[in-house]
This record gives sequence, structure tokens and C-alpha cells, in this order.
Amino acid sequence: MKTILTEHQLDLTIQRLCHQILENHLDTANLALIGLQPRGVYLSNRLARELEKQTGGKKLDYGILDITFYRDDIREELHLANQTRIPFSIENKKVVLIDDVLYTGRTIRAALDALLDYGRPSKVELCALIDRRYSRELPIQPDYVGKSIDSIISQKVRVFWKEKDDREEVVLM
Amino acid sequence: MQLSTKHLLGIRDLQPQDIQIILDTAIQFKEVLQRPVKKVPSLRDITIVNLFYENSTRTRISFELAEKRLSADTINFAASASSVSKGETLLDTVNNILSMKVDLVVMRHSASGAPHFLAKHIPAAIINAGDGINEHPTQALLDAFSIRENLGGLEGKRIAIIGDIMHSRVALSNIYLLKKMGAEVMVSGPPTLIPKYMEEAFGVKVEYNLKKALQWCDVANVLRIQLERQNQVLFSSLREYNLAYGVKRELLDSIGKEIILMHPGPINRGVEIDSDVADSKQSIILQQVENGVAVRMAVLYLLGGGKVQQN
Repeated sequence: MKTILTEHQLDLTIQRLCHQILENHLDTANLALIGLQPRGVYLSNRLARELEKQTGGKKLDYGILDITFYRDDIREELHLANQTRIPFSIENKKVVLIDDVLYTGRTIRAALDALLDYGRPSKVELCALIDRRYSRELPIQPDYVGKSIDSIISQKVRVFWKEKDDREEVVLM
Repeated sequence: MQLSTKHLLGIRDLQPQDIQIILDTAIQFKEVLQRPVKKVPSLRDITIVNLFYENSTRTRISFELAEKRLSADTINFAASASSVSKGETLLDTVNNILSMKVDLVVMRHSASGAPHFLAKHIPAAIINAGDGINEHPTQALLDAFSIRENLGGLEGKRIAIIGDIMHSRVALSNIYLLKKMGAEVMVSGPPTLIPKYMEEAFGVKVEYNLKKALQWCDVANVLRIQLERQNQVLFSSLREYNLAYGVKRELLDSIGKEIILMHPGPINRGVEIDSDVADSKQSIILQQVENGVAVRMAVLYLLGGGKVQQN
């Protein structure tokens, strides 16, 4: 087991991601953040809070999306669904999808399908805390990356959050 | 995570955890139904046949919509317009349909136990959409979902089931489900329409006085008088039934509290429930119908996905 990001580094990384998103979206009125269930939501909660602080408390369009019903492996394994909550229209919005670990890209493929059922965003970007590069099974790349790592299939990346796990760090297992 | 059963033949065979999984999954499907595009690709490669050997409006449309919203391929079969009228047996009909590669069978039949019989003889998963006077599991699930939505839970809640208990598959499925989930159940109606030994067999209260039943409960589930299943005179006239057991405004006003009213439909207005009551704000009848699609989507998704079908 190897620590990739400590609690302090994680905090700095989230701040940087937040600044990078702001650099690209000076006008946050047209921006929408959407965190992916289940574990991307911890990161997106943090990013949404941070972004609101940075923009002087301006209300931000923020939702969470569950992709269970869009998975491509339903015939093999059944997953139970989590809550989806997108309380605004994404029509013509610039959407940033947020997940903790980007690996094969299959979750993001499903998320793109799910997102389009809510409307037609003018642009969709992807933000991932950890990018397990060279592991992609689909042509999907992130726009904002916390940290890129090289890993092999037998390894696992796990992000621990205070809200859920009582500690905060990213480890390679 | 999966249900403990391959088929949904009745609530009787379900574990409380199965019921919990179905109801929780239905919450997510209800959200899907609020989206601009009310459809998900979950069952894209699944074929479902709706076998209706008995008339139905709500249940058939509800199942068909649920299947379409899950992107399944569907075939509809009505006994009256098929080779059944030429004398084909149930098993022959179903085997012929299955040889065309069908994964799921949704079935309604006037004979109690028909889906159980099929489940023993064919490889596809079977969902009971009502069999005779036995069970109607998806109706009980959507009733429970609606109660949970309005009262926040089922445990400790008091539900009175009113009317024709004897001929009602809705009543039986509801009793099984509510008892499994820790609710208190009472049945009320004329003694001729309530089977003996209900208390001993199911642990439900029996109350022949409608007003007392309404005073006791949080939710009243009013059932339809099933004239088509009654081959003897069990009460003298519909008018008399309405006078003694019809849910009326004055009666509801006299019990000193606001209860929730449900009805599985179709309503006999002016018999088991009066028109103004059925359309009042206390009634969640149309909400039940709306929830029916989400609950059936959950059942179809949970039985259609996973490593269930291996023909």
C-alpha cells in the first residue's frame, strides 16, 4: 500500500482544480458541476463548496448523477442504484463531470449517455482527481487532473474522505 | 446485489430485504420518470412478453410503459385474440412464445397458481401480474411505495384494508407485504366477504364496523367489489353495501382525524367509495398509478439484469 496524496496534498490539489475550472469558466452563470455517484460525489461536494467561496458566494448549478441504469455490464452483474439529483436544466450549459478515479473510461461513457437524457449541454468537460493513464478501454480523456499515475490492473486506487472514512488520503493498493 | 428469487410469483416468497431493495430501486426510477427523456437503456437486449389471460387496463399499460422506459422489446398477448380460443394449452402457448427467445414473462391469469405452474416448467423468469384470487405482488409493492412516500415508512403504521377481502388478490399480497415490513394490518367489511380465521392465519385484526376501522387506521386501502368472482349472493344489493361499507364524506368527517385513502382501481364509484371522496385531496389513487410504473421498472430491472437468464 502506497500513499499517492496525503491529506494536505489532497487539499492543495482540490484548490488547484478549482482554480483551473475557474480559469476556463470566468462566467460561472453558465457552468454546471455534476458529480458522479457514488464516490465522485465527495470530491464534487468539496469542489462546489470551494468554487462558491472563490466566486464570493454566488449560487452555482450543482447536481449529482448516478449511472447504474446506463452500465454496459447489466447482463453480467446487477448493481443497485444511488440517488440522482439535477435540479436545473443543463440545456446549453457548460457541464463539468466530476469523478474521483478515471480508469477504463466506461463510467464516463455511461455518464455521457445519462447526461444527454437531461438535455443538450453546449460543452462537457471531465475532471478526475486521479487519472490511471494507459488503462483506458474507450477514447476518453480528462480536462482537469489532480494527479496522473501509472498502475497495473491488479492494483486498486482508493480515495478516502473524512465524511465517509474518517481520514483523508489517496492510496495505491 | 440481487433479489433472493428468480421470479416474482408472490409477496409470500419474498424476504423483507427483497422488498426493501425493490422499493429503494423504485425511488431512483421515479426520478428517471421526471427527466426530459424518460427512458434508460438498462434492458436493451431483453425481450418481454405480456401474457394477459384476463382483462386489465392499468396493470397492462403500466407494465408495458415500464418495459418501454427500460428499453426492453415487448410483445403483447391477449388471450381473447389468440390461439387460446382454438384450444391451445397454457404450457404450449408459452413454450411456443419462448422458442422465439423471450427472457421475461409478465402474466395475468384467472386461475390461482397459474404463474407458479409455469415457473416449474419453463426457463424464463416470471412476473405475476395477478393470478385469480391468490396474489398481485406488484400492486402490493406500489401500494407500499405510496404509503412510504406519504408516511415516511411502513413500520408501525396502521393500514386498514376494506371491502371484498375474500376475492381480492390485492388484499392477500398487501397483507403479506405489510406484515413482513412491520406494519399493523386490519381488514374490514361484511362478514360474508371476510374469510374465517384471518386473525389466526395472518395475524391481522378483523373489524366489521367500518367507522371503527377508519378511526383505527392511518391509511385505508379500499378494495373493489369483485362481482365477476362472486357466484353466490354475499350481500343483498350494491346500494345496501354502499350504505353499510361505502366510504363517505360524512363518515370521514366524523372520525376526527385525516387518513390517507387508497384504491387499486378500477373504482366502482358510489359503491365502495363515493365520488367526491375518491377525488378529494385525501385520496392518493392517481399517485398510486404513477408510482406503479416506477415500481414495475424496479421489478423488471432487478429480475431482467444480472446472471439470471441462461437458456
